[in-house]
Amino acid sequence: MANIGVYVELKEDKSKKSNKEAISLAKKSGKNVYAIIFTNNLDQHLDELKGIKKIIQIKDQDLFYQPDYYSDTISNIIKDFDLNDFIGICSAQGKDLFPRIAAKTDASLVNDCIDIDFENNLITKPVFAGRLLTKIRVEDEFKMYTIRPNVFPVQASDSEENPEIITKELNKKELKTRIVDIVKSDSKKIDLTEADIIISGGRGMKEKENFKMLEDIAQLLNAGVGASRAAVDAGFATSDMQVGQTGKVVNPKLYIACGISGAIQHFAGMKTSKIIVAINKDSEAPIFKKADYGIVGDLFKVVPLLKKELEKIL
Amino acid sequence: MNIFVCIKQVPDTEATLSVKNGKTINEDGIKWIISPYDEHAIEEALKLKAKIPETNVTLITLGPKRCENALRGGLAMGADHAIHIETDEHVDNRIIAKALAIAIKQEGNYNLIFIGKQAIDDDSYLTHIYLAENLGIPVSTNVTLFNYESEKVFVEREIDGGEKEKIEMTTPCVIGAAKGLNTPRYPSLMGMMKAKKIPIKKLSLQDLEIGEIDNKIIVEKLFAPPEKPQGKVIEGDIEDGVKELVKALKDEAKVL
Ligand SMILES: Cc1cc2nc3c(=O)[nH]c(=O)nc-3n(C[C@H](O)[C@H](O)[C@H](O)COP(=O)(O)OP(=O)(O)OC[C@H]3O[C@@H](n4cnc5c(N)ncnc54)[C@H](O)[C@@H]3O)c2cc1C
Repeated sequence: MANIGVYVELKEDKSKKSNKEAISLAKKSGKNVYAIIFTNNLDQHLDELKGIKKIIQIKDQDLFYQPDYYSDTISNIIKDFDLNDFIGICSAQGKDLFPRIAAKTDASLVNDCIDIDFENNLITKPVFAGRLLTKIRVEDEFKMYTIRPNVFPVQASDSEENPEIITKELNKKELKTRIVDIVKSDSKKIDLTEADIIISGGRGMKEKENFKMLEDIAQLLNAGVGASRAAVDAGFATSDMQVGQTGKVVNPKLYIACGISGAIQHFAGMKTSKIIVAINKDSEAPIFKKADYGIVGDLFKVVPLLKKELEKIL
Repeated sequence: MNIFVCIKQVPDTEATLSVKNGKTINEDGIKWIISPYDEHAIEEALKLKAKIPETNVTLITLGPKRCENALRGGLAMGADHAIHIETDEHVDNRIIAKALAIAIKQEGNYNLIFIGKQAIDDDSYLTHIYLAENLGIPVSTNVTLFNYESEKVFVEREIDGGEKEKIEMTTPCVIGAAKGLNTPRYPSLMGMMKAKKIPIKKLSLQDLEIGEIDNKIIVEKLFAPPEKPQGKVIEGDIEDGVKELVKALKDEAKVL
């Protein structure tokens, strides 16, 4: 039987939320699943890896994402264990790491997959910032995929079987691209690409200080705070908060747009949200055409009311 | 110093896209632009050129005849030379990267290569990293800050959760440009006049010894995603409206 590998992405030794999706997808493929995980503390991750038969654990005294070390290590594993498919998350790290592995192993990689039909060898992925979708066939023995977060179903495993654990050392042969430091963001922000709920502000927010209103609601809902480009350009929000064509592509269950007109480039980044709510004082604003629910009104009145109502039910 | 900037011509972000033959877009009436991330790449190259004497900025693109306009646009911004690998064939990212790598090597010396982290048509996020791996040189992607000092490159790249990686590379290397990097300049009138006179070097895939095109990524179907039905817009008293909204989010949509 063919073998499929899944890269279990960790951040400061914590599992990324979408690993569950990638693992479920790998299991669904019907192939032998190998989980590849870079950690010195495998025990804390075993629960999530339940039902996987083989785990390849990579250890090092100084484990820290370096693209060259990680891509060399994984490329060797792919060859040694004869993996024909390899899945990961289309995260910042996934987009850095997977193309390097694909180039080193001469595989065919498709990023940002929203559907993978293993049986018929068909992958669906958004193009033109989601304005169109494409179905792709990969004519290659060895295929790699990164999946868009929050798209694939998660299947819990009730398997009690003990996995086989294979331990490897990090391959530290060559370091051309050297990560020397990580600059933390000032606040403990929720990662927008993985957030279940996002509340965003646009030019209609008028001032930086007014984003505090959105942050309060975000805290209440455990949501992320996003922004339109106009809000970023005006200095109300930082660039990592920008949603859209040239910002982040997000895919939450609920997206609340406050004082955002709904330009096509903004829409490109949030159109796949399950439910879109628009708050805008202009009933003609294009955002209302794309929203599931809209409230026409002054956001400075609506947002505080929204907070009050949410507090009641939570 | 020799800088290369790889660019791609793409439909304008506002363009109305329709599908032709179920596999490609209908190009009639489309306004073409330089992919926005590639504009950031050009700008960063030009900023460096302004600082370092005797620096040449060469643009390079692969695509059909119309892509000449993208090169002219970049020349008008201030680039010195342009190379056009002209082909009407659809080629996948791996082959594009290979062609770019060979063309750049043929030119002799290269110190830095700037390129957008993704093109906004196929949104593959692949070409820049494939290019670097092809040339066997370092690469950073999603770069929002760039510094060059005595043959060393220092960049910052944005990662998830608003954090940034600080990265060191030696030259030659590839920089995958992202939005925060700079604000691309508009071409000046003088620049546009000058650009018209710069000859564009034409190459074919055969010139680069890419004979047979063995695409491995094959587009079977291109289609528009299903449209969402018009939602519910609540007007009138906002206090009632917000109550109605929260109730609907909880009970109807079940997202709270
Ligand atoms: C190549 C390119 C890439 C781009 N990429 C992006 C991107 O990634 N993300 C992005 O967002 N944009 C992007 N844009 C910009 C985009 O075209 C729009 O300009 C931008 O999204 C507008 O932001 P906005 O909706 O906040 O501002 P506006 O369009 O100015 O809308 C403000 C809205 O706020 C409403 N409003 C004002 N006051 C109030 C109030 N008191 N109460 C309620 N409502 C109020 C107004 O009615 C209006 O609808 C891009 C553009 C280009 C050309």
